[in-house]
Amino acid sequence: MNDLWAGLSQAFWLLVTLDADLVDITLRSLRVTLTALAIACAIALPLAAFLAVRRFRMRRATIAVLNALMGLPPVVVGLVVYVFLSRAGPFGVFGLLFTPTAMIIAQVIIVVPLVASVAHQSLRELWSDYHDLLISMNATQLQRIQALLWDGRRALLTAALAGFGRAIGEVGAIMVVGGNIDHATRVLTTAIALETGKGEFAMALGLGFVLIALAIAVNLAIHWLGRTESEGRW
Amino acid sequence: MQMFPLKATGAQVRRRGKVLVGPVDLTLGGQGTSIIIGPNGAGKTTLLKMLHGIVRMNGGSLNWACPLDEAQKHQAFVFQTPVMMRRSVIDNIAYPLRLTGLSRRQARSRAADWAVRVGLGEILERQATMLSGGERQKLALARALVREPQVLFLDEPCAALDGRATREIEEILAHAAGSGTRLIMSTHNMGQARRLADEVIFVLQGRIHEFSPAAEFFAGPETAHARAFLNGDIVE
Repeated sequence: MNDLWAGLSQAFWLLVTLDADLVDITLRSLRVTLTALAIACAIALPLAAFLAVRRFRMRRATIAVLNALMGLPPVVVGLVVYVFLSRAGPFGVFGLLFTPTAMIIAQVIIVVPLVASVAHQSLRELWSDYHDLLISMNATQLQRIQALLWDGRRALLTAALAGFGRAIGEVGAIMVVGGNIDHATRVLTTAIALETGKGEFAMALGLGFVLIALAIAVNLAIHWLGRTESEGRW
Repeated sequence: MQMFPLKATGAQVRRRGKVLVGPVDLTLGGQGTSIIIGPNGAGKTTLLKMLHGIVRMNGGSLNWACPLDEAQKHQAFVFQTPVMMRRSVIDNIAYPLRLTGLSRRQARSRAADWAVRVGLGEILERQATMLSGGERQKLALARALVREPQVLFLDEPCAALDGRATREIEEILAHAAGSGTRLIMSTHNMGQARRLADEVIFVLQGRIHEFSPAAEFFAGPETAHARAFLNGDIVE
């Protein structure tokens, strides 16, 4: 209980004094997560819409694989990305290992199946509503995808938020590919793991509270920006 | 561009081994309003969708007087349950124009004109999903008519509407027909069929049992089934 109170008070002081390390780590966490989320959404949302409107062989299998990949173990993703980015690996020449870019790559791989799968669920329902109408209007495949993405944007926000939640709380993969290097690749989750390992529970809890506050704040901000709780059913 | 006559020859729609419509042999000319009538499950909706080309045929042929891709650009469909895109009224009506490459400003301007014509001018920015049944059907009509199609297919457009909304929809349809749009419509409402029809297609068990000018049909149908249907008997 003492640790909890100490954590709370430490988190409070870290915040009110705008602790330089905390700000640095928090901004890096946000930068890595939001960049990964943006890239993941750019890949996953059109993919989800494509899977909703297009009928092709192996479509069901593709969706099943996508759903299965939602449960991809982050440490394994980190390991695979590590192998690819290490000096001996095929992309070793780019020198990306232990950089924020490597962390973004790992997070994109983890988040894409989750965002695509959640988005596909809602776009599939929207497509069943729009199917006859858009075919009747002679909309091209691209126009159908665009209509789904635009009209389903609020449901897609939920998919993006799910992706954000997964990415901001991720530790295994980014620890492996980022290395938790101070002032370079240390983010909130890896810092918490480090402080816990050192026995600095108050600091770890403080960082944990900041992480939770950050996740809630970003969720609320996105909800507010998207006005998901107003203007009728969508 | 000359789209008619539309010729269906042995056209058939089957699903899971069951014949839903057909074989249908039908020639439709370019004038007037054709009303498709028949009991529930007779195949009216499937026939309409087949003629419009949004239901895949399993046999026979369907030929317009012009190339199919051209014909597709000049027809529209109004569904029994109007599909409301998750947009404002004006953006719903503008959508078919945006598909043709018209700029957003031009499309919205023309859409606003059509919204006024169908009586939705006061609620341009309201979300379409918030509209009443009658307003939804008017929006669907405006969205179908905004591209000024040569042919408009309508699947029981007044099915769930009260008398006043039905009259307003019929006025819009009469105006569209007067402007040269060919109407092909299914209905359950015999009063509406009498008011609007130039020719009647009586459908039963997926097949066309009777196809004749409206005056002749309502004066004395040729088939016993059609007579029974007009008399209000249960026809299956």
